[in-house]
Amino acid sequence: MTDLHVKIAGVVFSNPVIAASGTFGFGREFSEFYPLSRLGGVACKGITRFARPGNPPPRIAETPGGMLNSVGLQNPGVDQFIRDDLPWLKKQGTIVIANIAGSTPEEYCEVAEKLSETDVDMIELNISCPNVKRGGAQFGVTCAGTEEITSQVRRHCSKPLMVKLSPNASDISEIAAAAESAGADAISLINTLLGMRIDIRTRRPVLRNNTGGLSGPALLPVAVRMVWQAARRVKIPIVGLGGISCWQDVVEMMLAGASAVQVGTALFRDPYIPLKIIEGLSQYLEKSGIRHISDLTGKVQSW
Amino acid sequence: MKKYDIQNCRVISNQPISPDIFSMTVEAGPLADKARPGQFALLFVPGKTLRRPFSFCEIGKEKGIIRFVFQVRGSGTARLARIKPGESVNLLAPLGHGFDLSIGQRALFLGGGIGLPPLLAAASFRKGKAVLAAGFRTRENVILENDFKLAGCPVRIATDDGSYGQKGLVTDLASDLAFDVIYACGPRPMLHAAAKLAESRGIPCQVSMEERMACGIGACLGCAIKLRGISGDYYGHVCCDGPVFDASSIVWED
Repeated sequence: MTDLHVKIAGVVFSNPVIAASGTFGFGREFSEFYPLSRLGGVACKGITRFARPGNPPPRIAETPGGMLNSVGLQNPGVDQFIRDDLPWLKKQGTIVIANIAGSTPEEYCEVAEKLSETDVDMIELNISCPNVKRGGAQFGVTCAGTEEITSQVRRHCSKPLMVKLSPNASDISEIAAAAESAGADAISLINTLLGMRIDIRTRRPVLRNNTGGLSGPALLPVAVRMVWQAARRVKIPIVGLGGISCWQDVVEMMLAGASAVQVGTALFRDPYIPLKIIEGLSQYLEKSGIRHISDLTGKVQSW
Repeated sequence: MKKYDIQNCRVISNQPISPDIFSMTVEAGPLADKARPGQFALLFVPGKTLRRPFSFCEIGKEKGIIRFVFQVRGSGTARLARIKPGESVNLLAPLGHGFDLSIGQRALFLGGGIGLPPLLAAASFRKGKAVLAAGFRTRENVILENDFKLAGCPVRIATDDGSYGQKGLVTDLASDLAFDVIYACGPRPMLHAAAKLAESRGIPCQVSMEERMACGIGACLGCAIKLRGISGDYYGHVCCDGPVFDASSIVWED
């Protein structure tokens, strides 16, 4: 009998597969396919203090091995989330991770404070959204910014706090260390890589926002490398994401040092992919004689 | 019952009907019962990150078949064009809101180019009580003319260069027609013209919109479209708020 449970920052997940923020809304649309209790957890769409309209279209472009998006944190605001979405989501029997974003440290802190009074299981601090003019990645690309925002939010957050790191930084292990020393309970990485496409016929960027975040399978090796680098630097648990589209990718990510993973863009090809991954992991453990999936974490035999 | 789901469908036929437009018919089973004109499916494309959205062009309830008519625009649609009869395609469907076909006595269908397919699915519901005005770039781009006639819908055609039908805009074809509702699908400027035509006559107009799309179910918020709301303009989403909208709800100047 294999054991898929993982524990991150004191939170127990029934399996290590979490739906990634921004690809899964607040879960309702995907609950049409399967009970959300089958997932390890759901990371909600990024939530800000007040409703945000998002960026003008087009917001989406396919790229080789992936896609660009510039949704720009469209969301109903934290109050509406707490009133209309959270109660439903909490009834689904999965771990609920509230992803929070903002333009200023004060905004992040207010959102964290409000969510600390609810029954969300964990807060994911999004300091890596590349699609908004102020805030977001502005904090996540430097150690000082990461440390400042993490320590401020920490003081207003009584929930387990996971900081979501940007790959658009020069040294990911230093950023990870900054988050850890500022009080993060866990880190998740990587968010999207900043990218751009141009329509050669019109000479216009394909996205109305000019640039956007690159996600999808093309990201996987970058994400595995960054998880591996971060894991060598910090002691707090790591949730790995970026380009995961099959169970083998999850094993790879865990060997690199992740305790759990998030799956996002792969949902668009196949909304059932999380269930297929969970099944694949279970069979892999059985065949390999591995009792606990957490035994994989960090077990890469680096050269 | 699930509102939408994925399913594999056997392809019955897949062939070109103009230089860059393909007609694909699939065995859809119960989906043919559920699907409504104006709704759409996301088709899985091997090797691609995103599925491709196509409106239902024909919904054959008795035979359990669904037809798509799509334009080859890039490598994804080119891949779909190579699928052979007997192979299967994976659909996520039915998605979005379709046309409200209960409005009015006599309908004008306004279609531009690859905007015609969803109107054909709608036309079979308005037999003898509708007329189609269709616009194309040139003669070789004309599609579905006979299909609309077989669906009991008279056809008027305009081309940009006058090589087939009347030369000029599709909206010009409608100037002497009597109708009390418009259903339109095509390029955005054409849809805007349809909205103005409806407004000038004081009649309702439903438009089927298009936007680059990822999840298709309203979760990722990718396919934004600016809409008029009670408390100001806002971004709705083509996949779940549409793809069919009341023309008066769209911010055309965006």
